[in-house]
Amino acid sequence: MQDLGISILFKGINFQRLLGGLWVTLRIALITIGLSAAFGLLFGLLMLSKNKIAKGFCRVWLEIVRFMPQLVLLYLVYFGFARIFSLDLSGETSAIAMFTFWGTAEMGDLIRGALTSIPRHQRESAAALGLTPAQIYLHVLIPQTVRRLLPQAINLSTRIIKTTALVKMINVTEVLKVGQQIIGQFYRQPDAAFWVYFTVFLLYFIVCWPISVLAGRLEKRWA
Amino acid sequence: MDTILRVRDIKKSFDGTGVLSGVSLDIREGEVVVIIGPSGCGKSTLLRCINGLEQIDSGEIWLRDELISGRKKDMHLIRQRIGMVFQSYDLFPHMNVMDNLLLGPVKALKKPKEEVEAEAVAMLRRVGLEGRGQALPRTLSGGQKQRVALVRAMLMHPELLLLDEITAALDPEMVSEVLNVVIDLAGDGMTMAIVTHEMRFAEAVADRVLFLEQGSVVEQGTPEQFFHDPQTDRAKQFLQSFTYTSKRERS
Repeated sequence: MQDLGISILFKGINFQRLLGGLWVTLRIALITIGLSAAFGLLFGLLMLSKNKIAKGFCRVWLEIVRFMPQLVLLYLVYFGFARIFSLDLSGETSAIAMFTFWGTAEMGDLIRGALTSIPRHQRESAAALGLTPAQIYLHVLIPQTVRRLLPQAINLSTRIIKTTALVKMINVTEVLKVGQQIIGQFYRQPDAAFWVYFTVFLLYFIVCWPISVLAGRLEKRWA
Repeated sequence: MDTILRVRDIKKSFDGTGVLSGVSLDIREGEVVVIIGPSGCGKSTLLRCINGLEQIDSGEIWLRDELISGRKKDMHLIRQRIGMVFQSYDLFPHMNVMDNLLLGPVKALKKPKEEVEAEAVAMLRRVGLEGRGQALPRTLSGGQKQRVALVRAMLMHPELLLLDEITAALDPEMVSEVLNVVIDLAGDGMTMAIVTHEMRFAEAVADRVLFLEQGSVVEQGTPEQFFHDPQTDRAKQFLQSFTYTSKRERS
C-alpha cells in the first residue's frame, strides 16, 4: 500500500533534516542582518555626510542593489569574483557576502530616512536645555530614530530571511534544497512534493509571521 | 541692577542676505524686553544668535561678564543658563511630560531626580497641569504642550529666558492660557526676551519694547510710549496694521 505523502516527513530523520536546512537558512539570514545593521549604520551616516564622493558612492551602491536581481548578484559573487580572484569562497560565505552587500544598502537607506525624518527643532530644543551633543543623540535623537526605524528594519529582515531561499542555487543546502533532496528520494510518491514544500512553507511562516506581527505592533505603538 | 545680557553690534547674514545688520541690546536683571517687528525682520534670528543656535558674523554677545559669542566648545554650559522656548511644539514625543521635564535638570545639571521631580510637580500645578506628569505629549493640546515647554525651561533656573513666538502656532483660544503663565513668570522677576505678534500681551508684559525692522533696531521705549506715541513712521505704520476700520466707519 502506498503511504500518504505526509508520512514521508516522519520517515527516518527527514524532519530533522528539514530543520537542519532551516537552521542554515536562519544562520545565513541572522549573520546577514547583524552585519547589515552595523554596516548599514555607517552607510546611512555616509549618505548624510557632506562628502560628495562618499554620497555618490552610496548612491551608486544603492541603485545597483535596487535594480539588480539578487540571484544575479549571487552568481556574480559565487561564480564571478570567487573565480577571478581565485578566492576559496564557500557557498554560504558567498551568500552572506552578497546578502550583506544588499542589506547594508537597504538598511543604510532606512537609517538615513529615519534620521532625516526627525524635525530640526528636536535637536534644537534639546540643545537649548544645555545638553551636550552626545546627550542629545543618546536621549533625544537615537531613541526617536530607533522608533521610526525598527518596524521597517524588521520588515527588511523578513525579506532577507525569505530571499535566502535563493542560496540553494549556489549549492548551499538550506531548507528548500533539503526539501528537494527528500522529494528526490521519494520520487515514486506523487504527492511527496506537495507535502514537503507545504512543510517548508509552514517553516518559513512560523519564522517570519511572529516577526511581522512584532513589526506591526511596534509601528502602532510608536506611531 | 546687574546687566545680564549685552549684545553689541551683531551682524548675521544667510547666504549673502543680511538678516541682522548691527543690533545692540542690553537686558538688565528682572527686565522683560519684547521684540516686535514685521516678519523677516530678524527678531527670531536675534534670539537664536543669543543662545548660539546661529553663529554671528561679527559683534559680541556677553552673558554677565562672559563673552559667549564665537565659542564652539562649551556652548552647552552657556545654554544651561539661557532657557529657550520655540514656536513649534518641541516636547520630546517619546517621553512623557515628567521625563521631558527631568531631562535637562538631571542630565545636564546633574541634579538629584527626586528634588527636580518635586519641583516639577509643583510647577505643573502652578500652570494648571496638575497630575499630567505621566501623559504623553501627543495627548496634550497645543496650549498644554507650550505650558509644559515653559515649565521645562524654567526647571533649569535660567538666568535669561528667550521666548520665540511661542503662541504663533496655537489656536486663538489657547493663546491666553500660555501667555498668562508668561505674565506670571514676569511677576516673579524672570528676565526675559520675548518675540511675539500679540500686541496686547506685549504691552502688558514688557518693561521695554524693541522695534526691529530689516535687521536694525528702529525704535525702542516703554510700552506706554511705543504703543501710544510711537516716534518713527515705520513703527506707526506697523502698529496701524493691527487696527481695523469697521465697514461703517469707512463709508
